[in-house]
Amino acid sequence: MTVSPAPAEALLAEAQETRRQRAPRGTSGARAHGLAAITAVYLLWSLVPVAVVVLFSFNAGRSRSTWQGFSLRWYTWDPDGSVINDESIRNALTHTVLLAVIATAITVPLGVLFALALDRWRGRLPAGANFLALITFVIPEIALAIGLLFMVTYLATPFGLGTTAQIVGLVTFQLAYPIVICRARLLTISAHYEEAARDLGATALGAVRRVILPMLFPAILVSAILIFADVLDNFVIVRYLSSDASTETTSMRIYQVARAAPTPALNAMATIILVVSTLVIVVGWLLYRRWSKRQGESTDLISFTGNL
Amino acid sequence: MPDRTSRFIWPILGLPGMAWIALFFLVPLYVVFCVTFGTVDPIFRSPVPAWNPLEWQFEQVLVVWDRLVGPNNFYLPPVLRTLLYVVVAVVACMIIAFPVAYFTARYAGRHRALILALLVAPFWISYMMRMLAWINLLQPDGLVNSMITLGGIIPLQVNWLSGNPFTVVMGLIYGYVPYMLLPLFAALDRISPSLIEAGRDLGASGFELFRRVILPMSVPGIVAGTLLIALPMMGDYFTSDMLSKSPNTSMIGNLINLSIATPGQSGQAGALLILVLLVLLAPMIWYTRSNAKAEVRS
Repeated sequence: MTVSPAPAEALLAEAQETRRQRAPRGTSGARAHGLAAITAVYLLWSLVPVAVVVLFSFNAGRSRSTWQGFSLRWYTWDPDGSVINDESIRNALTHTVLLAVIATAITVPLGVLFALALDRWRGRLPAGANFLALITFVIPEIALAIGLLFMVTYLATPFGLGTTAQIVGLVTFQLAYPIVICRARLLTISAHYEEAARDLGATALGAVRRVILPMLFPAILVSAILIFADVLDNFVIVRYLSSDASTETTSMRIYQVARAAPTPALNAMATIILVVSTLVIVVGWLLYRRWSKRQGESTDLISFTGNL
Repeated sequence: MPDRTSRFIWPILGLPGMAWIALFFLVPLYVVFCVTFGTVDPIFRSPVPAWNPLEWQFEQVLVVWDRLVGPNNFYLPPVLRTLLYVVVAVVACMIIAFPVAYFTARYAGRHRALILALLVAPFWISYMMRMLAWINLLQPDGLVNSMITLGGIIPLQVNWLSGNPFTVVMGLIYGYVPYMLLPLFAALDRISPSLIEAGRDLGASGFELFRRVILPMSVPGIVAGTLLIALPMMGDYFTSDMLSKSPNTSMIGNLINLSIATPGQSGQAGALLILVLLVLLAPMIWYTRSNAKAEVRS
């Protein structure tokens, strides 16, 4: 057998030949179609039930399963319990959004600073703190909620059950998001930027504020959106740490009345929260796109959802 | 030239977060232990926490232990049920998520961004709203029943919403599958198409390719997804409450939730919680460690 150095063209042609021979045997096309069908069925199963909830919030009758025509009564004028007329629904909506705004406003700076510190500060203490932060991320929510419930009940804390306790619980539970997301981003930001800033005369704090923080913007934005949407959705923590009807959220309201013959007003309330979180995500995406355009980074939905 | 501020700046930035975690994570966990290993006031039925670990007693733990393995072990069925539900739901989530994630990663083409957006949509739809959706569909006169009876022609009224284990497991799958999908997608997306082509050129059949290339490379995603859904499911009580509201489908989370709501049983709730945490401790630590390692590597 002689081993002759085959010209590249010949190798390439051979490779293409094999490919052509294989092509009819391959079931790649059929497989892709099968997978596409599964994906389509999955998406229908995943999203149609929610669409039905939204649809029936516009039902003209009381039923949540028989369509009786389009109406806005469960949002507006129905006397026995539209969103506008039922105080408990109105209150749940405003309280949920209030918690989301405050918890996001506290968690994001707290977590970003923590991530910055962990990125540069080496030692046992920060490593342990990082480990604990990650544990809060995977521990069942009920453990955090009961811990805080017991603490507020049996220790003389300066705050009781209610809005403050709910916010404390939510911040603790959400803190891992900005830490994980910002640390991932910080790993891609080279220390040279900071060094250059220092060489040009910036103080350590100045370098963080004027160089690192702007580069962290997408990570900060994504964590804020995630936290906001997640707080709107929270149930376990806000329920255990609530005090009375005034600190009831929409998820607690659904849990309370979903099995007790509710009217479509409940669907309307759920729809409004869905609209709020969708709006936040759309606005976040627009901000992200504007930032990426200015930075010349890729602006597609994938890099955004990839960050999410 | 390291000035003085730069040495202290990082600890100072990290201090608020560390203080927060100590105050509102470590202290509460300690209180759970103090309540669990404390006593109950005989008259008021209120828990008396034992703040000093040297004074800890094991009354409440023994009560729970007795209900788990003693002669009257009415805690045992929910515990076994939880394990069963979680295993079934995790396996089902894997089976559902794998083809969907694989399709999105490899074949979605120009629809990729849209499909990905739809896949993450459940993240911003409230969990309770998603459960409400199934209550609407599964109620006695709901769409599902009118579909399977063809609008009332076939006399077959399935009772979905009280004590039906199928409904609860379906609810768990429905609720948690997105959290399996994303890590799986991330892992599958990392497999280079040329790797699959190489396998095919070397003569691997579709199944062999799956078994020897795709599956091994998706293991990190499968593990991450499994932990991400199994850990919260172990504390879940609301899925069963929403879709069943029956003791026949109650899980560990329901036991804990009921104990919390019953006066004098806080310690027992704490004991159950500590039990769950002990079982989950190893997977939790393992998950955080592997995350930290992945961070170092990247």
